Formats: sequence, structure tokens, C-alpha cells
Amino acid sequence: MLAFILRRLAQALVVMLSVAFIAFMLFPYVGDPVASMLGQDATPEQREALRAELGLDQPFPLQFAHFVGNALQGDFGLSLRQGRKVSVLIAERLPATLELSLAAAVIALLVGIPLGVYAALRRGTFSSQVAMTASLLGVSLPTFLIGILLILVFSVQLKWLPSFGRGDTVSLGGWTTGLLTLDGWKHMILPAITLSVFQLALILRLVRAEMLEVLRTDYIKFARARGLPNRAVYFGHALKNTLVPVITITGLQLGALIAFAIITETVFQWPGMGLLFIQAVQFADVPVMAAYLCLVALIFVIVNLVVDLLYFAVDPRLRIEKPAGGH
Amino acid sequence: MSSPAIPSAPGALARFFDGDVWYSFKNSPMAIVAAVIAALCVFLAVFAPWVAPHNPFDMAALNLSDARLPPAWVEGGSRKYLLGTDDQGRDILSAIMYGARISLFVGVASVLVSMIVGVGLGLLSGFAGGKIDALIMRVCDVMLSFPSLLVALLIDGVGRAIFPNAHDTLAFGVLIVAISLTGWVQYARTVRGSTLVERNREYVQAARVIGVKPSRIMFKHVLPNVMGPVLVLATIHVAAAILTEATLSFLGVGVPPTSPSLGTLIRIGNDFLFSGEWWITIFPGVMLILIALSVNLLGDWLRDALNPRLR
Repeated sequence: MLAFILRRLAQALVVMLSVAFIAFMLFPYVGDPVASMLGQDATPEQREALRAELGLDQPFPLQFAHFVGNALQGDFGLSLRQGRKVSVLIAERLPATLELSLAAAVIALLVGIPLGVYAALRRGTFSSQVAMTASLLGVSLPTFLIGILLILVFSVQLKWLPSFGRGDTVSLGGWTTGLLTLDGWKHMILPAITLSVFQLALILRLVRAEMLEVLRTDYIKFARARGLPNRAVYFGHALKNTLVPVITITGLQLGALIAFAIITETVFQWPGMGLLFIQAVQFADVPVMAAYLCLVALIFVIVNLVVDLLYFAVDPRLRIEKPAGGH
Repeated sequence: MSSPAIPSAPGALARFFDGDVWYSFKNSPMAIVAAVIAALCVFLAVFAPWVAPHNPFDMAALNLSDARLPPAWVEGGSRKYLLGTDDQGRDILSAIMYGARISLFVGVASVLVSMIVGVGLGLLSGFAGGKIDALIMRVCDVMLSFPSLLVALLIDGVGRAIFPNAHDTLAFGVLIVAISLTGWVQYARTVRGSTLVERNREYVQAARVIGVKPSRIMFKHVLPNVMGPVLVLATIHVAAAILTEATLSFLGVGVPPTSPSLGTLIRIGNDFLFSGEWWITIFPGVMLILIALSVNLLGDWLRDALNPRLR
């Protein structure tokens, strides 16, 4: 198991370094920083001095090492568009995105798993077919259309819920949260539902398929033969084994949620990292893009690692060391 | 040793209508409905300049007094504009047809590019094995661990940084590359898997023994045998590519504003949602859903029809 974790850690490191490299490669394309900092009438000596000061005269690998070193400390320089430190910009936006993604994940899990189990146990009934058709729609509808439809119905027509921004927020030592005010909760409902629809449909379909697969196996028949009540068979035995692939997909989707949040945040003008990133892409604001990229890659890598480790917790078969050779 | 002659066109057609695929199509109402809708959408898109009632890009024909008219069946609507008009007096129906044309073009083009890249790398990976295989598959793993939308956004952003004042053709190129670079992985993996199976078959060994060049074996003998699953993937992928394009355009980083796709239309319409002009954004959305859903359903059907295990 230790070898497995070490191998995954090494892989994660390689991924992070390649993402950092891609981010680093973006910088030369935004023009010569020396020229833009000094202006037209600087002497060549001044240029050379600044070049040396910025470390731009160093060989390429050294510059990259310098970039990685700064990135590790969270320093990505100044935003080209806003002229503020990128790290500050991102830190301001991070809570909004994380709260939104978390809310969406909770909705997707709390609704998706029970519905999936229901659709599997009551296969062929009208209500389970409705759930399946709805989930097909949920997988094929683009996120931004779902958001627009929700706004049209609940904000424009019914005027029940607000459609943009986070509403009132409370600051807790640098972390602004909308979860402590009623207004914040109201603002959260539509974006969170929008973001969760795709994942919800995915989880529903996955749980149903896995559950049907598991219910066919011998140990379920055996459990029934022992005379266990349905409830014990379904929830004590079947559901447990269903959840192994669900954990993987959900874990990986948690990363996807943060990426998909870009769309939801644009539709609802939610002041999160996604909105920041999309504005950075529009204006080719490379430092912000680079920082967002590295941060999202880091989140992904961590999520993947945690999912791998969760496997060991959930599936005892993996904990037995396999004989040498192969994996 | 030469590959069998390609059957002449009428023979191939007759064989198709006699074959299992056509039979399964005739007996699947869902597939027929999806095919009809998809065909209609494609027809309206491809022939937009000829079948659209108005030309939305003809500035001279635009009349601002016709702006923001609701659909014909709503009070205040005009028969002249069946689905209403947008803020500049453009006919929504015509704009949708022209928009679908652009969406389809970008979707199909990026699927073609990712298919060529993916199939090529997959063949190479499965055929060469060893270090090349390991390298390509590692890259695939990394690509797969990021959501495609993020990769497309990133490539698009890089494209914008490299060519800050890109003209329209280049902007289209960057967009197509961005979408296709996120899609090739699935082709590469599928083709690699089938190639690994095929390359141990007798016909490949026989070809090798009589000294056929590896590149010829790869393209002439192995390639035709691994294309089945690729076609299924490509069908479903067209829908995905169209949705990705729509999303990018909705986010404002897709097609150039001078040639609005369905996503651009939805983005524009979104600004008028609160003043009650829902038709500007909803109708392009409906068109997008119709295309994506019908193509997806067709892809699902094709997958089942081509899968011998399900027969």
C-alpha cells in the first residue's frame, strides 16, 4: 500500500510540474515585461539592469525553477488587467466558488443516491421511468441553459428567488461566507441547483446501473436465502458495494464541479474564481490564468489522491498486499 | 496481399439496406424520430442562406422599428417574424438557422480533427508499444483527469494570448483546435485497445511474414478493422463538440462575434431575459437541445446496433 501511495504521489508531482510548465510557458506571449515597465526612452543599460533584476537573463531552467518557487509561495505576480496581486484576487474569490461547489455536491449526493437506489429497486414502474428520462435530459442539457431556464421561471416569472450575486455575506477572518445569512442562502439556491443537475443525473444513473448489477450477484441471493428482510439486503449488503464506483466518480466530479462552476458563475454573476478566470481568458490576463490553472490542478490532484486512498477504506480486498509483479 | 476491392456503390447500398443496421433502424422508433429531427436541423443549417426567411447579416434589411417583436402567436407579434426579433430587429428564426450552421461547422470540424489525431496516435500507440505507447497513454491519463471544458478554455485562452488581434478565420481555427484537443483522447484509447487485439491476428502476422511495410499494415490492414467503435464515438462526439462550442461561445470566448453561433445567440438573449423578451434566448436554446439530444440518441442507437453482443 505504501508503494502504491508513493507511486501516486510521484504521478501527482509530475502532473503538477507539467501544469506549472504550461502555465510558465504562457508568460512570454504577453509581451516583454521590461519594455512595458520602463517605457520607450529607457537606455539599453537600464533595460539590462531591470532584466537582471527580474531574473530574465538567467537560463531557462533557472527561470522555471524560480517560477515554481514563487508559485509554491502563492506568488503569481500582478494581474495585468486589475494591477492587483493575483494571490489576493484569488483568495477573495475562493470562498464563493468553494461554497457553491460544496452545496452542489451535497444536493447531487443527497438527491442522486436515493433516487438511483429507488430507480433500481422499482425498475419498470412509472415513477422510476420518469426519473430515468429526467436524468437523460439532465445529462444532455448544457449547464448554462439550465441556469437560464431557472432564472426565467423562478426569478423573472415567479419572482421568488434572486438571480445574481451572493447577497449578504459575513466575513469570518478573511473567509466571506453566504451561509450565515438568509439572503445568502436565497442567492445560493438557484446557482447550486444549476451546478448540481449534471452531477445529480450522472450519480443517479451510475447508482442505478451499479445497484442492478449488484442485485444480480450470488451473495445477494444468498442473503435472501438466509431470510434477511429486504431492507437489510438492499441497504446493508447491496448499497455498500454499489458505493465503491460511486465514490470514484463523485470524487472526480468534485473537481469537475469547480470547473463547471465557471459556467454557473457566469450565468448568475456569482463572484467566484470561475468568473475571474473567464474574464482573464477574455483579456489574456496571463498571471491570473496561470494561477487559476495551478490551483485547479492542485485541487484535482488532491481529490484524485483522496479518492485513491478512500478505495482502501471502502474495499478491504485492496488492503491485502498482492504477490509481486503486476498491479 | 492486396486488400479486397472496394465494392461498387450500388452493391454497397443494397448490402446496407439488407443488413442488420438498417433492420435495427427500421425497428427502433426512437432512432427514426431522432434521425428525422437531426436531418431537419442539419438541412435547415446547411441550406440556411436559401431557406431562411431573412438574412440576419444584411444590415440594410434590418429595421430597428421591428426590434424586440415577440413570436407571431404572442400578442404584438408579426407574421413576418415567426419566432420574433432580437434587439436589432433581426429575425430570430433566420438567426437560429445561420447560427446552427456555424455551430454544426465547428462541431463537425473539431470532431474530424480530434478523430484524425486520436486515431493516428492510438494506432501508433497500439502498434509501436513500448516507450511510445507508455508516453502517449500517460498524456491521455493527464488529459482525462481534467474536465474537457477546462482544457478547451485553457487552449482558447492561450490562443488568445498568442494572437491577441486574431482575425475571424484564425479565431475559428483556435476554437476548433481547442475543442478537438480535448476530444482526441477517447479515440486514441479506443483505437489503441482494438489495435492491440488486431495486431496479433493471423492476417497481420501473415502480412508481416511476407514483408509488408509496418506503415502499410497499420493503415491498410489494421485501420479498417478498428474503425467501427470510432464511428460510434464520432457520432456522440459531434453532439458533445457542439455543446462545448455553445458553452465557450456563451462564455464569450468562442466564435468571433461577427459570426454568431447558437451559443452566442443565447448569450445575447440572456441580457434581455429580465425585460421579458424570453424568445431571444429560449429559441436558440431549444434548437441547441434538439440537435444535441437527437444526435445523442442516434449515437446510442448506433452503439447498440453495431454491438454484436447485443444482437
